[in-house]
Amino acid sequence: MSDPSAASIVSTPRPEQPTEIGAPTNAGLPENARKEKPRGLLGDAWRDLRRKPLFWISATFILLFVVMAAFPSLFTSGDSVNGTLSRSRVEPSSDAWFGYDVQGRDVFARTIYGARASILVALLSTVGTLVIGGAMGIIAGYRGGWVDGLLSRIADIFFGLPFVLGAIVILTTFNGSGTDNNEWQIMGLVIVSLVVLSWPVVMRLMRSSVLATKEADYIVAARALGAGTGRIILKHLLPNCLAPLLVYGTIMVGSFIGAEATLSFLGIGLKTPVVSWGIMISEAQNYIRVSPFLLFFPAAFLVTAVLSFVMLGEAVREALDPKLR
Amino acid sequence: MGRYLLRRLLQLIPVFIGTTFLIYWLVWSVPGDPFAGKCGDRGCPDNFREVMTAKYHLNESIWVQYASYMKNLFQGDFGITFSGRSINDIIVTSYPNTLKLAVVALTIEAVIGLSAGVLSGLRRNGFLDNLVLVSTLFLIALPVFVVGFVLQWLFGVKWGIVTPTVSNEMRFTELILPGFVLGSASMAYIARVARTSIAENRRADYVRTAIAKGLPMRRVVGVHLLRNSLIPVVTLLGTDLGALMGGAIITEGIFGINGIGRQVLRAIVTKESATVVSIVVVLVVVYLLMNLLVDLLYAALDPRIRYE
Repeated sequence: MSDPSAASIVSTPRPEQPTEIGAPTNAGLPENARKEKPRGLLGDAWRDLRRKPLFWISATFILLFVVMAAFPSLFTSGDSVNGTLSRSRVEPSSDAWFGYDVQGRDVFARTIYGARASILVALLSTVGTLVIGGAMGIIAGYRGGWVDGLLSRIADIFFGLPFVLGAIVILTTFNGSGTDNNEWQIMGLVIVSLVVLSWPVVMRLMRSSVLATKEADYIVAARALGAGTGRIILKHLLPNCLAPLLVYGTIMVGSFIGAEATLSFLGIGLKTPVVSWGIMISEAQNYIRVSPFLLFFPAAFLVTAVLSFVMLGEAVREALDPKLR
Repeated sequence: MGRYLLRRLLQLIPVFIGTTFLIYWLVWSVPGDPFAGKCGDRGCPDNFREVMTAKYHLNESIWVQYASYMKNLFQGDFGITFSGRSINDIIVTSYPNTLKLAVVALTIEAVIGLSAGVLSGLRRNGFLDNLVLVSTLFLIALPVFVVGFVLQWLFGVKWGIVTPTVSNEMRFTELILPGFVLGSASMAYIARVARTSIAENRRADYVRTAIAKGLPMRRVVGVHLLRNSLIPVVTLLGTDLGALMGGAIITEGIFGINGIGRQVLRAIVTKESATVVSIVVVLVVVYLLMNLLVDLLYAALDPRIRYE
């Protein structure tokens, strides 16, 4: 992660973080387990989470946004795509809470409908990044040797690309002004470029936690009992390396919402007629001096969504980190 | 140390080749005519096409193109744009602006981030600590362009404290706002890292010893605590400088600063492939070298770390 703006878009775990979240995940267990019936790490974390107001606030917001993305018509009956030019840039009123944009489209309806593209892109990119980065990290960490060397160098190459720059190059190549991709193709391209530029971070995270767990006694024991590679990875390594990944994944959803908005803002991500917060902000920027409300409503939704995911990630991290108990 | 440095430098080579080739391939294999839209509505004259094709080996395979490009690059020739302007010239005029902005941003984030981090780390769970935690959360979560627009509108348009955009002279006072915007996210990271580090070391034995032998608190914090806690912060700042020098496409765009980030965006939009590749090559080299420098700095600052 390199471009400064990129650094903020997709928050790379800084040098300190892996040790914090990658701490031995089951270290605090035996004590608790003796007192009551044994609980897994996740059960423990869940008990911890339930008591946190931060968790409930962010979870409520996230649920709200997900419902908004799935059933936008529950929130608004307005038209998000078609407008009437006669009401161009009409200020917010009781008719249209957020006012009308330059094309005379209802900003409230657009903001609600914008949730779908933003959240869909962020969720799918996160899943893709976790799967690809996680798989590469496990292979590199578990196999070691030249496989590790090769995969790490490949990761370095993608890591060396500044995020915004890399995304711009990829997207202008495949999604430039001359291309006629449909809505889903554009969304796919945005997702692919986010995944391609972010998987090295997850890979490094996964690789280091696999390296830390691989020599643990229970893995050696499993191998001595005759467990195959597949079984060791799926049953023993994966559950024990999952915690840092889970935390990073949650925060990553938030960063990807911001990243998608940034790309759309630069005019290379999603495009009209798709509605997304980034597109709305991008369209509003030329009128910032005369109609700032056009900018503020989508920006407020964007910020709330990003914040909710980042806060959820922080809450999950605190719950999963035995050092903080 | 020498062997470590050598190994790191050798590792840089495949990464450098891989990254630059990836960019080269993406930019030049763009489906479509590289001359499309270059010479207005009527299309480019044939002799222009011939000259440019020969100059960039456009009719040869991508490998030949890349090899000859690299050859020129190592002789200090970044090539010329389709309009005949030397790319060295573009880089030379715009890079100082980016550097100026990067230095301002780094100073702002170091000063504010550090003082916030140190103060909140010393008094954990106090009012200031919670304030710092909440505000850094906001700064980390907000995309740069949102911060940029909101601050530009508030300070530049609504209150009229600063000019909303930066003039060509790049006066220092004009750069404070863009610098703040550019450094805002890293500022939050620095504050958080400094806070954790100070709070951890606050409980360390050597701090207790220093207090026990009767040193004034100012000296304990300033000499003993700070020196040991600042190592992660300094490395963070170093990495960040590498990132900042990579240009700030978005910040430069919002505030109209004629830096390298703006040039690269303009080049991408106008399909000026040669410029894109050259600037990206420069940025990647700067970024890789800065990361190496940070690793070396780490060892220099913390005698406990030794590379063999």
